[in-house]
Amino acid sequence: MTRAAPALAALVVLVGGAACCGSGSGPALRVSAASSLTAALTEIADAYERETGVHVVLDSAGSQTLATRIVEGAPVHVFASADADPVDAVVASGLARGPGEVFAANTLAIAVPLGNPAGIRSLADFARSGASLGLCARQVPCGRAARRALDRAGVDASVDTEELDVRALVTKVEAGELDAAVVYRSDIVGARGHLGHVAIADDDNVRVQHVIVALRGGGAEADAFVDFVRSPRAARILRTVGFDVS
Amino acid sequence: MTRRPPAFVVALGVVAAGLLVLPLVALAQRAPWRDLGAILASGPVLDALWLSLATATAAAAVCVVLGVPLAWVLARMRGRGATVARALVALPMVLPPVVGGAALLFALGRRGVVGDWLADQFGIVLVFSPAAVVLAQAFVAMPFLVLSVEAALRSVDPRYEDAAATLGAGRWVTFVRVTLPMVLPSLATGAVLAWARALGEFGATITFAGNLRGRTQTMPLAVFLALEHDREAAIALSLLLIAVAFVVLVALRDRWLLTSGRH
Amino acid sequence: MLRADVHLQRGDLDLDVALDAREGETVGVVGPNGAGKTTLLRALAGLETPASGRIELDGEVLDDPASGRHVPAEERSVGFVFQDAVLFPHLSVLDNVAFGLRARGYARGDARREAHAWLARLGLADRAGDRPGALSGGQAQRVALARALAPAPRLLLLDEPLASLDAANQVEVRTALASDLSEVAAVRVLVTHDPVDAAVLADRLVVLEGGRVTQSGSPADLAARPRTSYVAQLVGVNLWRGAADGTAVHLSGGGVLVVAEPRVGPVLVTVRPQAVALHRARPEGSPRNTWAGVVETVEPAGDRVRVRLAGPPAVVAEVTQAAVAALGLRPGTPTWVSVKATELEVSPA
Repeated sequence: MTRAAPALAALVVLVGGAACCGSGSGPALRVSAASSLTAALTEIADAYERETGVHVVLDSAGSQTLATRIVEGAPVHVFASADADPVDAVVASGLARGPGEVFAANTLAIAVPLGNPAGIRSLADFARSGASLGLCARQVPCGRAARRALDRAGVDASVDTEELDVRALVTKVEAGELDAAVVYRSDIVGARGHLGHVAIADDDNVRVQHVIVALRGGGAEADAFVDFVRSPRAARILRTVGFDVS
Repeated sequence: MTRRPPAFVVALGVVAAGLLVLPLVALAQRAPWRDLGAILASGPVLDALWLSLATATAAAAVCVVLGVPLAWVLARMRGRGATVARALVALPMVLPPVVGGAALLFALGRRGVVGDWLADQFGIVLVFSPAAVVLAQAFVAMPFLVLSVEAALRSVDPRYEDAAATLGAGRWVTFVRVTLPMVLPSLATGAVLAWARALGEFGATITFAGNLRGRTQTMPLAVFLALEHDREAAIALSLLLIAVAFVVLVALRDRWLLTSGRH
Repeated sequence: MLRADVHLQRGDLDLDVALDAREGETVGVVGPNGAGKTTLLRALAGLETPASGRIELDGEVLDDPASGRHVPAEERSVGFVFQDAVLFPHLSVLDNVAFGLRARGYARGDARREAHAWLARLGLADRAGDRPGALSGGQAQRVALARALAPAPRLLLLDEPLASLDAANQVEVRTALASDLSEVAAVRVLVTHDPVDAAVLADRLVVLEGGRVTQSGSPADLAARPRTSYVAQLVGVNLWRGAADGTAVHLSGGGVLVVAEPRVGPVLVTVRPQAVALHRARPEGSPRNTWAGVVETVEPAGDRVRVRLAGPPAVVAEVTQAAVAALGLRPGTPTWVSVKATELEVSPA
């Protein structure tokens, strides 16, 4: 018994420590950001830290996944989602400090590998059977938006994969494994020349609004961060990486 | 071990058991028992189920066909070379599955090292196809089969092969009629473990084969996607996966716990 | 006819053996553990490749390292009976015996019929459907013999066939084996470390020590004139090395013995244990060799007793049980030893 006691004590400390520090009692502000927003929000968070000295910890995944985790009790203070649906779910469960606020918008674009090897010209090419085409899965925001755009263009799309994450789509197009994929315009800008770009006709294109919301566990700090994200300073950063800020 | 363990050991054991059983109990508690039949019979679920069973079986077959010769070669190696070779074979077990999938993509993708040549010469494109699912699953499951069979082969008394040789059997006949039958239990165990591992594979599959209902959307993938929107379907699928795994493990009757084939 | 000249090295073992055997003759290879007996057998079977030498069976060259010829085991007409049988556990007794025939292209039905005949010949037909695990040690060994003989090999090799059996079974199986072997037409080479096996089963013995042949001949030859202490121990005879100087022999282990015939130079001196006499006190009388010894072990041997004494020189005496009682012989008892000079056999070393 005496020999096991130190091991047992260590185990308790480890588990307890993890539990304690996970409840956000430290000074760090925990922000969950959709993967398509991660690059932008990282820059914004850095600027916020420089200005206020508040340390921001960023957590990135698909909007749906993040919403589920929050509803199930993840200790998050701010949630930035690629569209409104996931935020609605969080608000409906009573965990938000207020309604979600739009902080940026995006439109869709067709990403192709450099040199456009398959000669993609428009959304109509997504009905082609010869090329390797990709979309986001229906269950994620960029997938929902892409399907709306395809409907508007009257295209019966036949694709080879429906990725869980727009970043996975971008990676595969960059690597040349996909001939084309429907992604956000901000992804094209963010690729810094590694991706080719084919525009979608304005009539067909869909405007996606990115929403941010402060959560109950975050207090006034969370509100302050949300305000910063909607400030002109942050807007400049967002525009540089390809988002629309009105 | 007839004496009962001390109380605190029993307590820790109970905690461990609880850790393993609790998630299952939670799933069962949240399951839509009344609608289970309808959910499981729906289009997307049946597609994913059928695809998972077919690809896992195909992957297990690939593991057996390629893995048994590999195990044979490995079992005949000695010294440092054997240790290094075995570590390479075991690599997919320690690699994060997504890393494995990425590696497959870079090797066998359309612009991959080998895939490029396959596409140009034969017009064969593996990515985003059911074949890619089988390959990804086989990649992660192979070590289970190879290491299980190799351990059994090493434990076979070499005199059995000597006896077969003196009776006039060449190397191939000896392997098929003497050695292989003697390691059959380990082979079966390894194949079933490989099948189970293939069935549950997620990261490598999504990275290399993508996701498309009816073509590459396996059960684990379907569960992940259903988690937010169609919670009940996700739980139903999870229970199905667990039930299948449980039945398989019970059918193996503890064989998978023993290391090498024992006669 | 087997003509074998085998040179090879395996680890510490340096094997250098020339061996001939005729059809219908059982050659017994005896020697201590590690002498290379099993390695020799494996080389004859083709399971090991000699570094140099030549192995020829009935005129066919099986091994000729100089010309690079090595006929692999599966192409030789050799039957091998392993220590503890090594029957295939997943096959029935019948299929085990039929294995060699199937490997040579017999159809399953024919092979099984032939196998059945062999089992019947050895009195094991009723075990045909059993698995090897259900057999006793002795039965398994006989099935192994049937399995090795079924393909009608020209050379039959047996590696310590009785070593894994317990003492009670050994006598029965040894008798059966002796009778079975006498009916086998092939050249037969048997390896054993047991002197009784050697005496009962072999027609001619070859003694292998440290990879070299130290003596060969019939069991009687070996018993009469052992040339090494191993052989002497094997046949149960006292043997000493020494330097003769007329009728006195100075033993290399210490002590001097007086022999009947004068000689000069290095010699081997032997005496049967039965000719060694033990006394409580220093004896008087004609025996010219007497010395004080201490009893080390006392072991029954049939209805007599073998007493090992430390000298110098060390000696084994065989006496009656009555003598043991009368002299109070127990380990540690000081005892006088005497041997007549005429009982000592001397030969050049």
